[in-house]
Amino acid sequence: MCLSIPAKILSVDGLMAKASVNGAIVNTSLHLVEDIKPGDYVLVHTGFALQKISEEEAMETLKLLAELDQGNENTML
Amino acid sequence: MKYMDEFRDAALVKKITAAIKNRSQKPLRIMEVCGGHTLAIRKFGIPQLLPSHIELVSGPGCPVCVTDRTAIDRVIAFTRVPGVKLATYGDLLRVPGSESSLDLEKAHGADVNIVYSSLEAIEMARANPNRKIVFTGIGFETTTPASAVAVIEAAKLGLNNFFVFSMHKLMPPAMDALIEQGIRIDGYIGPGHVTTIAGADMYNALVEKHKIAIVVTGFEPVDLLQAILMLVEMHEENRAGVEIQYRRAVTVSGNPKAREMVSAVFEVCDEHWRGLGKISDSGLRLQRKYKAFDALQNIPVDVPQAFEPPGCICGEVLRGISRPNDCRLFGKACTPANPVGACMVSGEGACQAYYNHG
Ligand code: SF4
Repeated sequence: MCLSIPAKILSVDGLMAKASVNGAIVNTSLHLVEDIKPGDYVLVHTGFALQKISEEEAMETLKLLAELDQGNENTML
Repeated sequence: MKYMDEFRDAALVKKITAAIKNRSQKPLRIMEVCGGHTLAIRKFGIPQLLPSHIELVSGPGCPVCVTDRTAIDRVIAFTRVPGVKLATYGDLLRVPGSESSLDLEKAHGADVNIVYSSLEAIEMARANPNRKIVFTGIGFETTTPASAVAVIEAAKLGLNNFFVFSMHKLMPPAMDALIEQGIRIDGYIGPGHVTTIAGADMYNALVEKHKIAIVVTGFEPVDLLQAILMLVEMHEENRAGVEIQYRRAVTVSGNPKAREMVSAVFEVCDEHWRGLGKISDSGLRLQRKYKAFDALQNIPVDVPQAFEPPGCICGEVLRGISRPNDCRLFGKACTPANPVGACMVSGEGACQAYYNHG
């Protein structure tokens, strides 16, 4: 029950939204978040959107990792 | 971006693994304190990718696992009160109490209902005005806001038949208690979604007190490995502090709206944890102004102190002292189909994660 999954918001109706999790459609409450619109990705936990996922930060993390210095090549597997 | 495949990329996994091997010299003991991490670490085979001097141990991070057995007995006792209809998350059903479980009670006709969201319990209360709905509030910082929303909604709707039994717990006091008990932890993989809500700043006091390294982490293989690399670097440089790996979902201050709702409804109290005992200021109870919705105050039941099942070492597993396979019941008398202890019940429990994924 700790699990929270990334879901894409499909439509918003007041404090409720429909979201897609790998193609499955789930009802999601928006009580805990603000300014959510269709197309946003949110983390869903026990039926509540916990937070909007930041695309900018995700790209930044991946960019940093792409540039990661692995260290001495010789010791690599 | 789907926030999944990108963080399961095999080339990135290889690259980070190589960097860990290169940079890590000193023995390192890392604990994860979120059941979601325990499951992901086992499922993705993370330990097999690490040098043998880096040890990963599970901690008290699965909500049903750390719920004291007396609390389970109390939930069962609520279902035996005439007029009560129980609304609970499914994870709780098979957790063994002293003599029974919710599952067994349900099989014998108790009114036990699984809900996915706390708002379904509110719906249940509206649809059944002559019944008392008891909702089991369980979970850490991640799940508590859902219970707070339900109480606020119940007050708004003027419901007089909705009650929460709060077993909610706070993570930092447990992380503190483990170090206080002398358990060796060189770094914590910080719980991602707990921190999404509460904010990375909530660990500042812990870092200040114990000079510990904490990296708040996501749940995909790339996330976990990057966090381990960050912990390796902090350890090699003797650096304490809180760092955020899971930047796409976590900030220093968390989710202000969720935090506000929690502090409007709940207040801190002492709480009993399975395996860890009583920890000061580690639980949450309803504030006085919401006492009309507190199951403990409105539906009295008498429940004696419960004891752990003989042979089960859940308490040691939850403190990172023993591993599930150190238990002599593991995989024999205790399996996911027939759990003896709570750690075998949930997919996020250490015993079940070890059983399913090795
Ligand atoms: S294997 Fe079963 S009995 Fe042993 S510690 Fe885990 S839950 Fe308890």
